[in-house]
Amino acid sequence: MSIFDDEKELDRRGFLHCMAWVGTAAVWTLSGGVLKGTPIEQAVRDAAAKGRKPAGLQFVQISDSHIGFDKPANPDVTATLRAAIAKINGAREAPAFVLHTGDLTHLSKPAEFDTLQQVLTEVQVPVFYVPGEHDLLEDDGQSYLERFGKGTHGAGWHSFDHSGVHFIGLVNVVNLKAGGLGSLGAEQLEWLERDVKRLKSSTPIVVFAHIPLWSIYPDWGWGTDDSAQALSYLKRFGSVSVLNGHIHQVMQKVEGHITFHTAMSTAFPQPAPGTAPSPGPMKVEADRLKKVLGLARVSFHDVRHPIAVTDVALEDASQAVAIG
Amino acid sequence: MKRSYGAWVAVVVIAAIVVLARTSSVSVKAQQQAAATPEVKIDNFSFGPTTLTVAAGTTVTWTNRDDIPHTVVSTEGAFKSKAVDTDEKFSYTFAKPGTYAYFCSIHPKMTGKVVVR
Repeated sequence: MSIFDDEKELDRRGFLHCMAWVGTAAVWTLSGGVLKGTPIEQAVRDAAAKGRKPAGLQFVQISDSHIGFDKPANPDVTATLRAAIAKINGAREAPAFVLHTGDLTHLSKPAEFDTLQQVLTEVQVPVFYVPGEHDLLEDDGQSYLERFGKGTHGAGWHSFDHSGVHFIGLVNVVNLKAGGLGSLGAEQLEWLERDVKRLKSSTPIVVFAHIPLWSIYPDWGWGTDDSAQALSYLKRFGSVSVLNGHIHQVMQKVEGHITFHTAMSTAFPQPAPGTAPSPGPMKVEADRLKKVLGLARVSFHDVRHPIAVTDVALEDASQAVAIG
Repeated sequence: MKRSYGAWVAVVVIAAIVVLARTSSVSVKAQQQAAATPEVKIDNFSFGPTTLTVAAGTTVTWTNRDDIPHTVVSTEGAFKSKAVDTDEKFSYTFAKPGTYAYFCSIHPKMTGKVVVR
């Protein structure tokens, strides 16, 4: 059951056919292994009409805050991060925690980490992190690990349990090989295999990592070389959700029991795959910027049921786009 | 006779001009190669030129013209830049002949080569 169960389900083929090149604010509901998209305004109306009770577990994903970036695509990334935090704190129901899926800073400079840390103290719930490639540019990532990776393994991977859901933060931005994509590496893969071994197959799994763990656009490096092996350890689980950042736009895919989702950045948008000469920052009109930046709200209404992901723009888009 | 002597002079003069022009163009080229600072430009997440050929002892400079930082890292460990942000440069002097493959360690799809003769 989903909160939008009056919507007609798309079949899997139909879903894959119209693949999720989505707008900025759509509600994603996974039901029976198939995602459905609903424009956010409609979703909000439906939910209000039904008077839904608060979800069983809600958390928020933010990503790619790139503190220190000051180019025309967004000269004030600290302000837009603050706007995202205001959205989180202003929500009727506080999330249990926040996940930051990397690229906290732009250049890994101490002052950038300081700003990020200071701004995130405004979040009233715990924040869990994984690094992006922009966070490990100095001192082999020591600055990142000391501030955000205490108690983690290797370059910052870790796992924790919350409300019966097992959360796994992976790092796929270190020891990258020339010509290759994101990489998890043998040590982390062994750790992952051990980490999930003890879990029952009915345990819902949420994996979060910076670079997408599915091949979105290898020409731009948007994928992870050894993600197939990581996902093979998760095949036996009935519900697996993978949350990524890095590409600064929303994309979705369903593969068997695994749902993939990428989040918007809080800093600047990037072009859709292949629509520009490179994946560099995309400059949009100033009044449109806050419509293409945002966060993702994720909820489990009951841990036995599938998740719902709601992509929330910093400013509501006038036209939300659903899949299809 | 007079006419043919004149023709010979013309031929010799033209030949001399051709030889001179050739020599001077060759020497200008050689001077350019020695004088210019070989540069690799980083644009749109790629190194240009992808392959650069230089003489041993040459210093090569990379300039990042993207809005995103990149790195210049030798795949064999010969050299490694820090993050090179927008409009920043990185230089390395190639002392020994050989082929030096390199890439951007944060965007590893970006690869290039310096051939040192």
